[in-house]
Parts: sequence; C-alpha cells; structure tokens
Amino acid sequence: MIWNDEFETLPREALASLQLKRLQQTLQRVYASVPFYRESFQKANITPDSIKSLQDMEKLPFTLKQDMRENYPYGLFAAPLDQIVRIHASSGTTGKPTVVGYTRRDIKNWAEMMARSFSAAGAHAGDVIHNAYGYGLFTGGLGAHYGAEEIGASVIPMSGGNTKKQIMIMKDFGSTVLTCTPSYCLFLAEAALEEGIDIRDLPLRVGIHGAEPWSEQMRDEIEEKLGIKAIDIYGLSEILGPGVGIECIEAQNGLHIWEDHFIPEIIDPESGEVLPHGERGELVITTITKEGIPLIRYRTRDITRIIPDACVCGRTHLRLERMSGRSDDMLIIRGVNVFPSQIESLLMQIEGVEPHYQLLVDRDGNLDTLEVHVEVNEKMFSDEIKVLQGLSREIRSQIKDILGVTCEVRLVEPKTIARSEGKAQRVIDNRNKS
Amino acid sequence: MKVEQISIFIENKSGRLAEVTRILGDAGVNIRALSLADTSDFGILRLIVDQTDKAKDVIKAEGFTVSKTEVVAVEVPDRPKGLSGILDVLDAGKVNVEYMYAFVERCGENAVIIFRFDNTEEAIKVLLDNGINVLKGERVCQM
Repeated sequence: MIWNDEFETLPREALASLQLKRLQQTLQRVYASVPFYRESFQKANITPDSIKSLQDMEKLPFTLKQDMRENYPYGLFAAPLDQIVRIHASSGTTGKPTVVGYTRRDIKNWAEMMARSFSAAGAHAGDVIHNAYGYGLFTGGLGAHYGAEEIGASVIPMSGGNTKKQIMIMKDFGSTVLTCTPSYCLFLAEAALEEGIDIRDLPLRVGIHGAEPWSEQMRDEIEEKLGIKAIDIYGLSEILGPGVGIECIEAQNGLHIWEDHFIPEIIDPESGEVLPHGERGELVITTITKEGIPLIRYRTRDITRIIPDACVCGRTHLRLERMSGRSDDMLIIRGVNVFPSQIESLLMQIEGVEPHYQLLVDRDGNLDTLEVHVEVNEKMFSDEIKVLQGLSREIRSQIKDILGVTCEVRLVEPKTIARSEGKAQRVIDNRNKS
Repeated sequence: MKVEQISIFIENKSGRLAEVTRILGDAGVNIRALSLADTSDFGILRLIVDQTDKAKDVIKAEGFTVSKTEVVAVEVPDRPKGLSGILDVLDAGKVNVEYMYAFVERCGENAVIIFRFDNTEEAIKVLLDNGINVLKGERVCQM
C-alpha cells in the first residue's frame, strides 16, 4: 500500500521542482545559521543564490563525518536548542559520537517517512510490530517505533537482546512484523529452533531489516528459515535514522529513497565526481526538509547505484540498489579492494555454505594475509576428508578468481564465530595492532 | 547388512576430542570402534557406538556438526593375506574403498574391519557372492 499517494507518486518534473525549491530554502537556512556552512560556501566562492538548478549542486562542497566530529556536539545544528525536541547519537567506535538533533517537525517528518516505509513493506493497522532495534541513543528503535504508531499498528518496543524473551513474546503476542538487523534475525531463528519453536509456524509475515550490509542470498535464507518476506531498509542517523529508503514488497528490488525529503547523488569516492544514473559509487545525500541538522552533500560512505527504471509499485521516487558495502569498510588487501559483502555473497553461492564467516586480516612481514573462517554446517559436512578439502579449495579458488585475492580458508565448528546480538563482526583486522 | 556410523567434525585444537568422548560417556554411550582422519586444520571422528541415535542427538545438542553414514563390517581371516584377499575381490568387482578401519573386538577366529565404499550396495553384493561374511548392524553395535 502507498501511504502518501500525493507525494510518493509525484511526477518526476514536479518532484524536481519541489526539490529545487526545498534545496534553496535549506541552503538559505544553513548559510544564515551554521557558521561551518557559511565558511565552507565562502571558501568555495558560492552563496545560496549561486544554486539555480539541481545540476548546480555539484558546486556545493561535501560534508564529511569528520566535520560532524569537529563540530561536536551541536555545532552543525541549524535550530536553537529550544526548538530541538530530541537528540540522538551514533555509536562512537572511533572517537566522539556524531550527534543529531530533531525539531518537532523533523520528528513528524521522520514518522511520516517510516510510515511510508512500513506501508511499502506491506505492514498496516492491525499488525503487531515486534521492534527489536535498540532503543536509546541509536536511532533504530525510536525511529521504527514512531512510524509503527503512525500507521496504526500495535508496536512492541522490544529493543535488542534477551533473545529467549524475544522468542516468547513473538510467539505469545502473535507478532506479524519483525524489525531488526538481518544477522540478529537469523540468530533469533536459530535460538528459537533450540527452544523447539519453528518461527515458520508463527503468524510472523514480514521482516524489515537494515543497519548493516546484507546480501540477496542472506535474504533467501531469512525468508526460508522464518517463512517471511524480508525487506531491506536503509537509513543512517546523520541523515535521519531508519526510513531514508526502503524496498517495496511488490518488487523487492532496490530501495526507494524519499526524494521529496532527500536528494541522492552517486559519486566516484576517489575523485568526488558525480556519476551518471546506473553507475556504482558512493552515495551522497542532501537533506532538503530537515530543520534541526540539515546536511549538504553528506558523504554516506555507502556504495550503491541508482536504478534508473520506473518501479512496478507506482512510486516515482528513485531506487538505490542494495548497499554493497561501505567505502570505509573496504579492505585493501595487497592492493586489491575487497568488500566483506562480496565474500559473503560468494560463500552463499557455493551450495550449502551459510553466511557464518569471519575475515581475519593480518600482516606477515610486508605482506597482507587474509584468512576466511567458515562454519561447517550439516548440509556441507561430509565424513570424507577429500570432500571437505574440496569445499575449502573451491572457496579459496572462487575468492581468487572473482576478487583477485589469495586467501587461506579454514573450516571451523558451528557457533565458534561470535554472534553478536546486534551487528555481526565480520572482519578482524590485526594489521594496525603491533 | 549395513552398519550405522556417526561422523563428527572437529577442529584441530586441544580438548575437542576429550569434549566429544566426555559427552558420549555422560550419556552412557559406549564406543565400539573409531577412526580419526585429520588434516592440519580439522579432523573427522568416525564412531561405531552401541546407541547410534542417542549419540548423534547428544553430540548435536552440544553444537557439533554430526552426520550418519552407512558402512559395512566385514569378517576378515586373521592371518597373512587375509585382508589382501578381500581387497582383491573388491577390486575385481570394481568397488572403491573410501576408507577403512579395524574393529577392536574379534568375531570368533576372525578380525572385523569397517569399510566405507563408494557404492555400498554393490560392495555387499560382491562380498557375499564371493563367500565373504558381512556382519549385521545390530550385531556389530553390541559386540
């Protein structure tokens, strides 16, 4: 179902002129109220009036995560604190967290975008939404929560962790929609089976998964193990939180990004040059309705491409292909660019191999080494050594053929790779720890 | 004519083998014969036990990867050329041996060897046609 028919199916020309108007208003706002933007525009020799068309956007400087850190905590806010009703922050794994503030209208728009997202995923009033995204500074929990209330569903604010309780509540409360990270979804299914509960027998119908990269093969596995439709959702706290874009259940192919609120561009991560529709590169987003902390040409570091074709669902908003990695998650191994997600989809294509894997990167003298650990499950296990060695050779040669990097493959016992209850730790890079 | 064997995937690190045998011991399962195939990274422990299904369940419940395979227990004369005579018969019948290991107990005057063939049915036929005694599964587990 389409939540906001008027805006979600707006003809492209009308959408473009709405975008330009809102972009110009946003530029005026940040130029007047955020010293960082005024200085960076002046340095680039432009004023808000220099931007007369959407094509002119290329002239605008990028905003980096680093800029948010340097203006910690409130330096990039474009509204005074007495208008900010909510503050979130990203986990600060490398230094200070990045802080975002929302005005009352921002919160309303966010709920609207999450309502659109839930509707696109096939959720509606009457659904019991089991929200296992973390509540707190992280945007996931509250973001999904407000959208679930907006569509009139019954939301269970589970938050993350306490897996046994999650399973009990899912079963007893009759959850029909599950929101959580894709790796936690599989973890939950395994844990349920250990309790003797097959989630396929429960009323659960749809899973909405995001906050970490996943693959098409992982979707197949989730859909099969839980008996649900698994929908990819995209968001990042700097821009909004969850609900920046989502797949529609009709196509399950590419995430519609709400273009009446955001302008997406794809750039070459090296040169910063804008790439034409269809080419893969780094996603850059400009927010055009946000009041609390509008961001101009924010470099998301997510790698994707714009799918230029019209979608069967009738929405006119552009689709982004499933994120295929992050430009800063990219591992450079002996000069070769490797995304963990590439290895994941390769493993899934080899019959029987589940995506429980971990990449160990280290340095031996001056040479980078890559070791891929893969858990042996019943489907791939054989009592003959040569079959298992053949499997490990096949993984090794596929990685060599497709990614161009030599690695060692090690088959390990099930559940020896740590499953986090939130994001899965797929990479251990020991190169800088000596 | 076939014997059920369980195979367990074990990483090549200290304590894993002890862990498996402890789990089986706690469950009251008795090991009748075993073989360990190993590589530098991992090994496969193959077992014939007195309670196959129970053994498989308790090992699996502890998080190991386990499978059940059908193998053949063959009586082998306990004298020089006893084994080679049987392998000649199999070779002539175009049956391949994937692996084999010896059983601890004897069966009367004869030794017992566990075989895993590429084609189990065909192997049993070849052995029987040549008058070689193949032991029944229930018997082997209780020996």
